[in-house]
Amino acid sequence: MTQIEEVSIEQFKHLVSERALTGETMLLNMGPQHPSTHGVLRLLLELDGEIVVNCIPDIGYLHTGIEKNMEAKTYQKAEVMTDRLDYMNPMGNNLAYVMAVEKLVDLDVPVRAQALRVILVELQRIASHLVWLGSVGLDLAAMSMFLYCFRERELILDIFELVSGQRMMTTYFRPGGVWRDVPVESARIDEYEKLLTKNPLFLDRMLGLGILDSATALSYGVTGPTLRASGVNWDLRKARPYSGYEQYDFNVPVLTEGDTYARYLVHIQEFRESLKIIEQALNKLPFGPVHSENRKFVPPPRSEIGVSMESLIHHFKLWTEGFPAPKASVYSAIESPRGELGLLLEGDGGPKPLRVHLRTPSFDNLSVLSHIVNGHLVADLVAILASIDIVLGDIDR
Amino acid sequence: MGIEQKLGDMGVVTTTLENVVNWSRTNAMWPMLFGLACCAIEMMAAQASDYDMSRFGMELMRASPRQSDLMIVAGRVSKKMGPVLRRLYDQMPEPKWVIAMGDCASCGGVFNNYAIFQGVDEVVPVDVYVAGCPPRPEALIHGVLTLYEKVNKEKFKDLAEKYG
Repeated sequence: MTQIEEVSIEQFKHLVSERALTGETMLLNMGPQHPSTHGVLRLLLELDGEIVVNCIPDIGYLHTGIEKNMEAKTYQKAEVMTDRLDYMNPMGNNLAYVMAVEKLVDLDVPVRAQALRVILVELQRIASHLVWLGSVGLDLAAMSMFLYCFRERELILDIFELVSGQRMMTTYFRPGGVWRDVPVESARIDEYEKLLTKNPLFLDRMLGLGILDSATALSYGVTGPTLRASGVNWDLRKARPYSGYEQYDFNVPVLTEGDTYARYLVHIQEFRESLKIIEQALNKLPFGPVHSENRKFVPPPRSEIGVSMESLIHHFKLWTEGFPAPKASVYSAIESPRGELGLLLEGDGGPKPLRVHLRTPSFDNLSVLSHIVNGHLVADLVAILASIDIVLGDIDR
Repeated sequence: MGIEQKLGDMGVVTTTLENVVNWSRTNAMWPMLFGLACCAIEMMAAQASDYDMSRFGMELMRASPRQSDLMIVAGRVSKKMGPVLRRLYDQMPEPKWVIAMGDCASCGGVFNNYAIFQGVDEVVPVDVYVAGCPPRPEALIHGVLTLYEKVNKEKFKDLAEKYG
């Protein structure tokens, strides 16, 4: 195992200000093991007393090689890797991936499967925002928020377990539909708002911090709630509808303040919009098949495998060899809880992808951090970092 | 409620020092507040309302390794993180224990590639391995209880040999 290298200030010369070299300002490491960095992120801070002069994020502590691993697997098997990418949003990652595969091989998806996907992705968005809200509370020392949010998250995870058999890493969406049909079988947001929205302590810690204007946000490629809190109305569910989102009636919350509190308000409003979408999708959930009938890509059902030798062989071949995809390059993008999650998939005519590349929202959203924290206190840095909602698995992949 | 209510009129309890020390260690084992990846979310869930690890004297997650007894390695350990993890382990006061939570920390899991340690036991000694990807909070709690069984069997003599 390699040891941690001792570094000298000479190596940081170009990153920090002149005053750090003379010892006038202090360099401080925040992380990789720090409760407020939401994972293994290291922030090199240059401090003038309590005030942040410079903030240099150091990423890669969770680099997993997911893109490379996916290229060594067949199209069906590579999907399990996407779950573990942004681990707060496995359903959304699955969706981006299966949509890319479907685009690549031109595979149809039944209406029922599309509606199921929308319901589960929106539930996942709520679960992800709940963890976000809970950990923002925790960072600002409101421990009860964390306990309440995880209580609600368990309800959603119970639904995931019911449909897919797993709480987190579901791999429930498959190219051409979903794995199997759902078995035949409320909201406490007001309470949360009561706890935080007008809470003077919370307002003190949130208002007017880390202001991000729309031009900077766009130039850094910031997406998701962080961008919408800066006054840009951009949501892929509206702008480039996928999986039947155009049928649902929902609003995209947009605020113009661009501070930490605006990002909080956008998240809170998104809870309500997601619930609206789920309700509509449940009301119009059609009956019918849940995956495509195209047997070139979708394995035969269990009931056929028991009675037909051909189906058994077909199932075996499909899972051991995979299916070939044409020599083409596709890009599919979804609106994940954090922003635009894009996946570039390049086929080479064989059963394995030639190149997988991910455009992950957390990565771009983090890049703007060093721009907006300068001049704030270290304690405020915690609130700002929490508000832009990063997931290290999403950044480092 | 004090010990009198628990024990009634039993008067005197005799036991060995080893038993008392081990019993107290298992009832106030402070884990380090340290998450790596997906498993960390399930570790948080284990701490939160539904599963409530404070039943086992673990409500206090310490952010500083110098105040913690137990390191739960929750997630995949990359080549860049390995040395940091080792430094954290070295900073923990003795006696200390390690739980490898999940498949990645136990054996590399699905990530058999250039970036990930194939099991955190390449970096630090592990006491209990918890299987699952990610393990349910119940599985983690089972892992903790398994560790308690192990701690209860510990002898001073062995600890002296282990830590010198």
